[in-house]
Amino acid sequence: MRLVEHATPSSRIGVLLIGGALVVLAFAPYWGDRQTLRLLAEMFTFVALASLWNLLAGYAGLVSVGQQAFVGLGGYLLFALAMLLDVHPIAAIPIAGVIGALVAVPVAALIFRLRGAYFAIVTWVVAEVFRLLAAQISVLGGGSGISLPASVVQAMAPTRQMREFETYWLALGLTVLVLAVIVALLRSRHGLALTAIRDNELAARSNGIKVGRLKLAVYVVTAFGTSMIGALIFLQKLRISPDTAFGVNDWTAFVIFITVIGGIGRIEGPVVGTIIFFLLRQTLSDLGSLYLLMMGAVAIVVMLWAPKGLWGYIAERFSWQALPLQRHLVLQKEAGGKP
Amino acid sequence: MPGTRPGMTNERPGRSGMQWFNIILQGVLIGGLYAMFAAGLSLIFGVMRLVNIAHGDLIVLAAYLALMVTHALDVSPLTSLLLVVPVMAMIGYTLQRGLLNRTLGDDLLPPLLVTFGLSIIIQNGLLELFTADSRKLQAGAIEVQAFQVTQGIWIGVLPLIQFMVAVSVIAGLETLFYRTALGRAFRATSDDQAVAQLMGLDTRHVFALAMALSLAVVAIAGVFLAVRANFDPAIGPARLIFGFEAVVIGGLGSMWGTLVGGIVLGVAQAIGAQIDPGWQLLAGHLVFLAVLAVRPQGLFPKVSG
Repeated sequence: MRLVEHATPSSRIGVLLIGGALVVLAFAPYWGDRQTLRLLAEMFTFVALASLWNLLAGYAGLVSVGQQAFVGLGGYLLFALAMLLDVHPIAAIPIAGVIGALVAVPVAALIFRLRGAYFAIVTWVVAEVFRLLAAQISVLGGGSGISLPASVVQAMAPTRQMREFETYWLALGLTVLVLAVIVALLRSRHGLALTAIRDNELAARSNGIKVGRLKLAVYVVTAFGTSMIGALIFLQKLRISPDTAFGVNDWTAFVIFITVIGGIGRIEGPVVGTIIFFLLRQTLSDLGSLYLLMMGAVAIVVMLWAPKGLWGYIAERFSWQALPLQRHLVLQKEAGGKP
Repeated sequence: MPGTRPGMTNERPGRSGMQWFNIILQGVLIGGLYAMFAAGLSLIFGVMRLVNIAHGDLIVLAAYLALMVTHALDVSPLTSLLLVVPVMAMIGYTLQRGLLNRTLGDDLLPPLLVTFGLSIIIQNGLLELFTADSRKLQAGAIEVQAFQVTQGIWIGVLPLIQFMVAVSVIAGLETLFYRTALGRAFRATSDDQAVAQLMGLDTRHVFALAMALSLAVVAIAGVFLAVRANFDPAIGPARLIFGFEAVVIGGLGSMWGTLVGGIVLGVAQAIGAQIDPGWQLLAGHLVFLAVLAVRPQGLFPKVSG
């Protein structure tokens, strides 16, 4: 006897559409040129980063402006593992994730002492400390950075084309994995607890949810995912430096923009936001700093006048959900006797 | 004077006690600047629980305003304060009334994300107007003037003025907070916004005045920053972080605490720089994290954050 159901008609259509889109994307190396593949792979990494930030800020209420700490850490771990310890670069990605999660535990112990907006800034300080420390590591190029040696790159695949296909599928697979884990988490009872925290932390606490423990868990899981994506990003770029690895613009400002525009606190938001962000970037990026200026302005306007973002608007207007996440009480007809 | 300073020609690897004293003294004087970064931040957090992510970029905006004023009117940077301070205060009032008041409420995200967006707008706006070239305000002869305290100890006139201004700013804010009607309005709104409103205070106006005051302090800090070192549109976030660290080290809500916090940070950076140039900023951050680990309420706590 099922009393609670997740799926709605729109989510059944949504799941079908997403399944179809994934099949098309999985075969992209057969229909897309190199340019398209690169663009898509970059989009996947932004979907993953934004989804992770969304989980952190949108659900757990941990607004971080320092997730670049883990993007950069993942990137540097990939380079260190591949260059200094001869680990295969693809194997280095999950190892980077695990180390990232381990690093997140003591970091959380320190930064969870501050709350709210001050928490946001302390995450930034941590990212700065990581950046300055990375600049001190001379075997990894110090302040000026380093390229992944040709021998390491060739170990991945014999031809350049094969390597590009490989990184594309890695990006797609990892992003699907990140999204799947987030969906599974949100559908679990912890997800219900997280949604409760999102809606009202005090009420959640008074209903017996261990808010502190859950927030720590989300922070560590997010660090795990973000470090893996960071490792992947710098495997695509083949070059790393402290300023690119720990850049606040690329890994935080863009990610926040994507999530806010798409719809914060909704799983579909980052996907919608990434598509909009890349459409804007492909058409307006010639404007340089003016483009960034407009982006900041759009984010402010959306935050003030449409705080639920584009997907939030659509979801409420038409009560759509692309993935079966909401919980619906199913009334039992045979239950009979009304109170 | 250059070359006469001991230390420049010193060939011994270690440094004498006198030299360390000198290094620490310079750190203390820079700490005054950091305290001014922190005071504005602490003020608005105290009154309306708002953390302004664009705080550092507003400091840089003030520096560029001073640059324009000194060029257009051919006045010294210190004189330019007469114009830059009121202009920044007006920007602060308008910003709060027009934009930031809308973000205040129970939800944490709107103020954070709106000020983050503001930070991006200011940075890129300055980049568009002034390019990424680094600039500096020229203060003339006063920049290199220094006087000898004792054998081997020199104090620059400008760092000393900067420090004394910082102390006066903080003393002024403290007096304003605890001795004036406006300060009472600030404290009342800080304690309980709803009750303050019931007592006839227009909290939107009080918040706007607090932001105006915060940006007036930002203006002073920006001009001193611009005289002391090179600046470009991208340096704002680091100033926000210094100010924030000084606030936390000193203890949330304490004005004199921000001065101590600024000094601790300045001294840590000065000592770090002596160990290795790459350690200047790192040493500051590490001292901040150590305070957070050992004494998260700061050295002189007043309110819990």
